[in-house]
Amino acid sequence: MKFKRSLALVLALTLPMAAQAHRFWVLPAATVLSGDDPWVTVDAAVSNDIFYFNHFPLKADFLSVVKPDGSTGEMLNVSEGKHRTTFDLNLTEQGTYKVLMDSSGLRARWETEDGERKFWPGRGEKPEPGDFEKKVPKQAKNLQVSHSATKLEAFITAGAPTDTVLALSNQGLEMKSSVHPNDLFTGEPVELQFFMDGKATEGVEVVIIPDGMRYRDSQESMELTTDSDGKINVEWPRAGRYWLEAEYGDDNAKAPATSRSGKYIATLEVLPL
Amino acid sequence: MKSLKHVLPLALLTGSFSAGQSLAADMQLSVAIPEMNVAEYHRPYVAVWAMNKDDKAVTNGAVWYQIDDDGEGEKWLKDMRLWWRRSGRSLEVPIDGVTGATRKPGEYEVSLTHVAQQLTPGDYVLYVEAAREVGGRELLSVDFSWPSDETQTLSAQGDSELGAITLTITP
Repeated sequence: MKFKRSLALVLALTLPMAAQAHRFWVLPAATVLSGDDPWVTVDAAVSNDIFYFNHFPLKADFLSVVKPDGSTGEMLNVSEGKHRTTFDLNLTEQGTYKVLMDSSGLRARWETEDGERKFWPGRGEKPEPGDFEKKVPKQAKNLQVSHSATKLEAFITAGAPTDTVLALSNQGLEMKSSVHPNDLFTGEPVELQFFMDGKATEGVEVVIIPDGMRYRDSQESMELTTDSDGKINVEWPRAGRYWLEAEYGDDNAKAPATSRSGKYIATLEVLPL
Repeated sequence: MKSLKHVLPLALLTGSFSAGQSLAADMQLSVAIPEMNVAEYHRPYVAVWAMNKDDKAVTNGAVWYQIDDDGEGEKWLKDMRLWWRRSGRSLEVPIDGVTGATRKPGEYEVSLTHVAQQLTPGDYVLYVEAAREVGGRELLSVDFSWPSDETQTLSAQGDSELGAITLTITP
């Protein structure tokens, strides 16, 4: 819990507002592997230029690995450079692995009697359990409490794809694909469905950007919004790796929060047929 | 008065000025930076330069980039790819009278008097290149001859990162 909260804080400080958002991503060197004992190296970074490391490493502390059986995997040879974190995975089990970043937490803003604006957690503050109750005055003027959740996923499969790591946690914004995320091919459209706190949600804004942006003049982003079933249809313009980011927010929050927001990020690899 | 003295000998030498005309052959550029309806907006970097068609020599008109204390904003200068190749990579920024801060969307009048003062007679291309973080890149150009006997208005229209650009050359 402490880990989750401190990550939420770091994200909150890194992302003070949407206008200054940074893009987070994890990039496996390969997502489809064969053999009994394959290895794959994974990079993790914070950088607006998709799949080019030029800003900050996405720290390994924020990441975890889930093995095909649902247990926690080990990140090997972890190294943090100026612009990226790198680690290896040894895929000793057959099936689908997941690299995951999962954070969530509360944030509050209010005004004092004198009109001074306050917020919690404060800059550089690591919230401890119970801090919200202690530090946020519940009767304050214009009190706004928001719950935000960020989830990042990348999938890697040795052998045949499996579904255990695809199960939804029903927390924050999540995605379900009509085709296994390690079985994406050109010419095969997929239906992606988005869930906020476990419920299929309309109005989720999804941006999908193909790799190679250094070699073209525009982002070439696909911008889609989920329908009443929480779905979008995606046709892959070409083979390659894609960065997907989905965002959603509303006021259907659980107390003490008055609003909730979710962000979901995935790296998807589409192979040519 | 200083600029008059500077220009007068050139005018006499080239014979391009007749009585009654302004003595200051000049260039002026208008550049439009379009409004973007996007979630995350960063102001574009913009470079304006003239290239001599014969010797490929570049005369810089303007370079707008994020100028900050730690020089971090220089990191994206290379995203103006053509300008970086033709000129930027061999320059030390900032440059007086050329570099400046990025601009918000709008239409800007950019004096190219300092460019006009450096050009020798010949054929040129004026380039305007824009690159925006989390956005795209666009390059526009207009051909012109220098100097000109008459006032000329040369335009190009962008469709992503730039709006219209209009180069006005006065004899």
